[in-house]
Amino acid sequence: MTGRRAWLLIALGLGVLAALPLLSTGSVLTWGFQVLLYVALAQSWNVLGGFGGQVSLGHAAFFGLGAVVTRMMWLSGHPLGVALSAGMVAATVAGVLIGAPTLRLRGPYFAIGTLAVAEILRITVSNVFPEVSTLSAPALASYALAPRYLLALMAAALSTLVAWMLTQTRFGYGLAVVRDDEAVAEAVGVNAFRHKLAVFVLSSALAGLTGGVFGYYHVSFYPQFAFSPLWTFDALLITFFGGTGTVWGPPLAAAVYLLFREVLALRLVELHVLVFGILFVLVVLAFPGGLLAAWRALSAGRVRQTHRS
Amino acid sequence: MTSVLLQNAVFGLLLGGLYGLGAVGLSLVFGVLAVLNVAHGELIMLGGYVSVWLFTLWRVDPFVSALVAGPVLFLVGAVLFRLFFRRLVSFAEDDRIKTSILIGFGLALVVQTLAILAWGADERAVTPPYAGTVMTMGTVVVPLSRLGALGLAFLVLGGVHLFLTRTRVGTALRATADDEQGAVLVGIPIGTAYLRAFALGSALAGVAGALVSVSDAVSPAIGLHWTLKALIVIVLGGMGNIFGTFMAGLFLGLAESTSGFLLGNAYREVVGLMLFLLVLSIRPRGLLTRS
Repeated sequence: MTGRRAWLLIALGLGVLAALPLLSTGSVLTWGFQVLLYVALAQSWNVLGGFGGQVSLGHAAFFGLGAVVTRMMWLSGHPLGVALSAGMVAATVAGVLIGAPTLRLRGPYFAIGTLAVAEILRITVSNVFPEVSTLSAPALASYALAPRYLLALMAAALSTLVAWMLTQTRFGYGLAVVRDDEAVAEAVGVNAFRHKLAVFVLSSALAGLTGGVFGYYHVSFYPQFAFSPLWTFDALLITFFGGTGTVWGPPLAAAVYLLFREVLALRLVELHVLVFGILFVLVVLAFPGGLLAAWRALSAGRVRQTHRS
Repeated sequence: MTSVLLQNAVFGLLLGGLYGLGAVGLSLVFGVLAVLNVAHGELIMLGGYVSVWLFTLWRVDPFVSALVAGPVLFLVGAVLFRLFFRRLVSFAEDDRIKTSILIGFGLALVVQTLAILAWGADERAVTPPYAGTVMTMGTVVVPLSRLGALGLAFLVLGGVHLFLTRTRVGTALRATADDEQGAVLVGIPIGTAYLRAFALGSALAGVAGALVSVSDAVSPAIGLHWTLKALIVIVLGGMGNIFGTFMAGLFLGLAESTSGFLLGNAYREVVGLMLFLLVLSIRPRGLLTRS
């Protein structure tokens, strides 16, 4: 596919997605919102875990900060844009404060350390804000799904754009070297720690934005729910299923994941977690490249066969 | 004031014994295999359900169930190793740890969901006839069932210590932990050593789970809680030394109960995590590095 055709296709896809609120309402639009929210969430993790190679288990902390800060600003009367920016700034600042110490941890301790930080935040938030946050009656009366959907589309597009930029820019190349071998990175003059911190903060900011969209969308939720480790787990499942460090894997996997959830939820509430948990383990063991790599391997095999015949 | 502090300390130590026992299995597996099984808490949860079911069906005493949960989880561990973790053995150590975290994480989700499907999400408790009995020493109250759990935890750990130091199989496990290549060179079948260590670690989780059911509610969701406690304990206590791990468990229990008393119960969970981060920030590779 040549560059121009790819861009045309993407623009067309975005146009169709943006037009969806005109065509449908209710359950389809809600499902669309969920998919886009999870695309943004998974992609924000993919930027750090896939492209940066830093497996963080504390992603929920930044999603939660974005959600709670945006929600509070918005409910206290600030314009939505200001509220979303505030949520993003809070997540960005937290990204610097949390990333700088935890990125110095080696091996498994980065994963566990980030999980510990996220749990500390979750527990603290549940202590400080124990009350459920519900929209006021007038806010509820004027509630519309379409703007929420469009915001989620924006967040999903932005985080996917960032992921794509990492495949194109000097910073992205540097990051790839750091991910594959830090010693080599340092030897060729790439500052490993700076690259890791930068991508950690970038990922946190995107997670904060996604959290903000969630905080704006949800009618009523306990603040601690936005900090639940489930947000991290979902992001991981989707990213690994789609393919870590790929641009189009996570969006594809998010759609499949939520389709599964929709279909299986009719029977039993948590069945999709079971299915995806098993798929996740199989993917980690057998196809470290995820859905996209598996598909490419299969189609490459097919191409080779046709050449031979 | 002093008596309240003392009372808190007693409760902290009683809980800490469970933290210690819960962590020893994880520490053993990490030491021998360089595999960090973050589904360890889910194995503890399964041990808890063994006790809950034996009690619900036949009124089996939880202390007896603990001795059943061990072998049951030994088998579960052996199966999990065969199916999933065995494939990691050929990985280089860094990759092995990273991948094992991911696999453990996926397994944790699967086991937890299976538990919800099989037994529902409700909390369940075991209530033997002596559940409320306490022993009073001066102003301090000691619940007998918890004291018994601490005692049994200590006995089990003593047994594991003897097994590791006094038997050929145990010595082979320690040799594998110390130096994998060396172990291969002296003819230790390390595939078998890995299997045994993983199954034994799982069995210890099973015993811990059954003892947890003595004093705490059991539900499919408790796994992450116990995994986190075990991780904190092995980072605090260092690795390879069973009694070191156990002492770290007691210390964590004591630190939690004391800080719960000083700062309010809402923050007791935070203290352990803070300690954990503090130790890691001083020693970024943790206290438990294999060197």
